[in-house]
Amino acid sequence: MTILTFSALVFIGSIVAGLLGALTGLGGGIVVIPMLTLLFGVDIRYAAGAALISVIATSSAAASSYVRDGYSNLRIGMFLEVATTVGAVLGALLTGHLRTTTIAVIFGVVLLVSAALSLRDHAPADPNEPADPLARRLRLDSDYPTPQGRVAYHVHGVPPAFGLMFLAGGLSGLLGIGSGAVKVLALDRAMRLPFKVSTTTSNFMIGVTAAASAGVYLSHGYIDPGLAMPVMLGVLVGALAGAKVLARAHSQALRVVFAVAIGAMGVQMIWNGVRGVP
Amino acid sequence: MATRAPAGWSDSAVERAIGTLLRVGLLVATCVVVAGAVIYLSRHGSELPNYRIFRGEPAQLRSIGGIVEMAEDWFGRGFIQLGLLLLLATPVARVAFSIVAFIEQRDALYVGVTVLVLAVLLYSIVGGYAS
Repeated sequence: MTILTFSALVFIGSIVAGLLGALTGLGGGIVVIPMLTLLFGVDIRYAAGAALISVIATSSAAASSYVRDGYSNLRIGMFLEVATTVGAVLGALLTGHLRTTTIAVIFGVVLLVSAALSLRDHAPADPNEPADPLARRLRLDSDYPTPQGRVAYHVHGVPPAFGLMFLAGGLSGLLGIGSGAVKVLALDRAMRLPFKVSTTTSNFMIGVTAAASAGVYLSHGYIDPGLAMPVMLGVLVGALAGAKVLARAHSQALRVVFAVAIGAMGVQMIWNGVRGVP
Repeated sequence: MATRAPAGWSDSAVERAIGTLLRVGLLVATCVVVAGAVIYLSRHGSELPNYRIFRGEPAQLRSIGGIVEMAEDWFGRGFIQLGLLLLLATPVARVAFSIVAFIEQRDALYVGVTVLVLAVLLYSIVGGYAS
């Protein structure tokens, strides 16, 4: 297989990964890594480097429109980015000290948990809950647009959210993913933000978190331009197409099918890692 | 939201500016990557890829200076890497811009928070650690 054929196949595969990532809400990075390692036999460190680049691209693309719509909360994002970026740098530095089979097993577990989390329903925020003093001191409370005009919301659970975000950053740096599932868990469950606010703020944060790991990845030689190029362009195309599809149709059955398929890739990665197949 | 900003720019104006910044950064980076891809594939398209065994990138492709040098010499891989570097710079620029925005809003707490985030990013990218 020549570089031209390889690039074309990886490009097409990455479109599919970006599409699946968008439709399940898991993000393209977490889908493209098993594809590269299991299907194309790419070393997981190169795969993580390429995936991380695609994560930055999709985050910028999605965030540019979300931010303009006024859903994402810039203060929450910036405050929690302290935790995610520190976690990301530590995670990225740790990658160099772990065996690739160990990384594969951790990746598989994170993939399974993320797929399971993506199927959970959103807990509706209660607008009548009293404000949290810490959130108020940090000026995190805000409002967001609805068909009935802007609606105010209160933010809760700042310390657990901060801790979860540190974990999300660490996993992002360790595995080259966006950790969208853990981020949404922190914003959605711990802080109890309205659905639109938590998903868009999470997406917005993913780019900055990934950039924090990418610096370390770059200097450690994980980012190969020949591999990152088709992955970045493919995932970007797939994610943009996925966002369009998502705006028109929303099928729960389809999400379950995809999540199970992605979970199966996680099982395969754990199995390979345990057997010691690189 | 606009009522919360005590002075200077409103939150929604800042959000619109950040949206534009991300869009332009992504567009420029993608164009550079595509240009690099054309050079790279036209020169090396018929060679064989090897990503099965990890060797790490050559030193030139690991540092900002080395990448710019390679791109100046019109190496396809250097050009792509330059595009990836621009992509990486976009969220960093967003954080840097947010500092200015929070200063305009006289929000000292968030100027501090944002400076902290920028410091971590620069530490990672400039490489203040042993590799």
